[in-house]
Amino acid sequence: MDTLVAKAGGWLGLALIALVMAAVAVDAPFAVHMIIVALAALLMLWATVSRADYEAIARGLLKMPGDQGLYDDGPVRWGVVATLFWGIAGMAAGLFIALQLAFPALNLNLEYTTFGRLRPLHTSAVIFAFGGNALIATSFYVVQRTCRARLAFPSLARFVFWGYQLFIVLAATGYLMGVTEAKEYAEPEWYVDLWLTIVWVAYLAVFVGTIVKRREPHIYVANWFYLSFIVTIAMLHIVNNLSIPASIVGSKSYAAFAGVQDALTQWWYGHNAVGFFLTAGFLAMMYYFVPKQAERPVYSYRLSIIHFWSLIFLYIWAGPHHLHYTALPDWAQTLGMVFSVILWMPSWGGMINGLMTLNGAWDKIRTDPIIRMMVMALAFYGMSTFEGPMMSIKWVNSMSHYTDWTIGHVHSGALGWNGMITFACVYYLVPRLWGRPRLYSLRMVNWHFWLATVGIVFYAASMWVAGIMQGLMWREYGADGYLVYSFAESVAAMHPMYLIRAAGGAMYLAGFLIMIVNVWATLAGKIRTEKPMAETPYNAAADRPLVPVPAE
Amino acid sequence: MSYDALRHFADSWGLLAMALLFLTLIAWPFRPSARARNQEAANMIFKDDEHG
Repeated sequence: MDTLVAKAGGWLGLALIALVMAAVAVDAPFAVHMIIVALAALLMLWATVSRADYEAIARGLLKMPGDQGLYDDGPVRWGVVATLFWGIAGMAAGLFIALQLAFPALNLNLEYTTFGRLRPLHTSAVIFAFGGNALIATSFYVVQRTCRARLAFPSLARFVFWGYQLFIVLAATGYLMGVTEAKEYAEPEWYVDLWLTIVWVAYLAVFVGTIVKRREPHIYVANWFYLSFIVTIAMLHIVNNLSIPASIVGSKSYAAFAGVQDALTQWWYGHNAVGFFLTAGFLAMMYYFVPKQAERPVYSYRLSIIHFWSLIFLYIWAGPHHLHYTALPDWAQTLGMVFSVILWMPSWGGMINGLMTLNGAWDKIRTDPIIRMMVMALAFYGMSTFEGPMMSIKWVNSMSHYTDWTIGHVHSGALGWNGMITFACVYYLVPRLWGRPRLYSLRMVNWHFWLATVGIVFYAASMWVAGIMQGLMWREYGADGYLVYSFAESVAAMHPMYLIRAAGGAMYLAGFLIMIVNVWATLAGKIRTEKPMAETPYNAAADRPLVPVPAE
Repeated sequence: MSYDALRHFADSWGLLAMALLFLTLIAWPFRPSARARNQEAANMIFKDDEHG
């Protein structure tokens, strides 16, 4: 009872502090954010003092089984649900801003819905909300299985999940209100950054705690990748967000660095967010779920270790390729370019390692749509890790930089690699986490696969054309040294490509909606009666012993 | 340490130390005695199948 009173008092105190901060705030967005924090604290207070077990009610709504097993899968199930929820939000926002580029009237003449505010909403929602929840959920799942130990600090693990959702809500509402540090992929302001730091340290504690109490001598390679992702993101996040708030009750801060130092710090962060969030973290998924789904061990465990150390040692230097032909010293640009090109090799080593895991089981691509998604994800991992080093070469970059080729490159990685591997992992996890014999429908997974694949092809191909066209138009000089095209002319020329891109995005989103229906029906315990993906070939006439023929 | 000294250290001894560390780490699993361990580690996720 005493602890209940103390807890309730704590939540009430937190809510009151947040409300006071809201009252004395120097700008409206900060006040809104503090009200959101107060509401979150009051929600926790209500959940603490009321007799009802709200978590159990929510579990009942989502048909989550109670936990009697060896492993603590509650946060994993919540993570899967959150992945799908934020996925819809992020991808729908992406489609909307793609349409805004084709039809500017869709900016709606409102400051809250302009491209400039919705664009970080889209990027953060798909990377940090969709991808981040997938990483948290799968890392909690994988670390328990590979360590054969229950999650360390169960209540801290729940804090990580809900704290991360609060971070997402604060970041997203901030973008809509125009709160931004103007650093790509690190837009949230100082107080949201501090909150994420707390959540992230808790995440590290849960993950390392579970590894420490493992009952398996070896730490499986997937955990190496997860751990490097958690540790490096902590380092990047803290350094890049070093800033001084203009007011302790305001949403504006000034970066600790200035000029080209700030730019280099930002792209050291930005590129390693790609390297350690979108690559190392998702490779951890690959190294566990691809072997599990294929039911064969990874092709070469030694290659996976080379892959790991190469990414660790090389990725961290590649950031300067985002600053070619800027005020950054020439040697630093060349350094970034050289390390980016070297990165191609370990990336392809990892891709080959994943693909060759299917050696001897290639027929599964025909019969198992989840394997098919994993193979496509690895193919796109290979493609975008070839395209990236190529674009980092200064000669290529002088044409591709600032064009939509970059957008196409990012999306072949994000939609093809991150999206596809996440879908495959969610399809793997859902029947197991909810104790269902199989997914509601494998045929729908197949539809999802084709819609997503064709969508990416439309997206990437239109952006290649658009980017190269832009790059060439921008630097087309006439005979007397004047630029041939005005910027507006290059924008007008992009219109058809923008339409094709939006169509590709719509297909990708449509595939995702099919996934939502499929997962929802699986959660509800339904099984679709459908023709199986493969019939077992059987010829009754041939399956009999040879008739003995008497010797003559 | 001045910026200049740091630069010189970074592209001489620092670079050498990082390169040696990297080579050691990637050579380590290729020890002949590591063969069985690698095999076991790769198959570890398939033991104890009823628990996922």
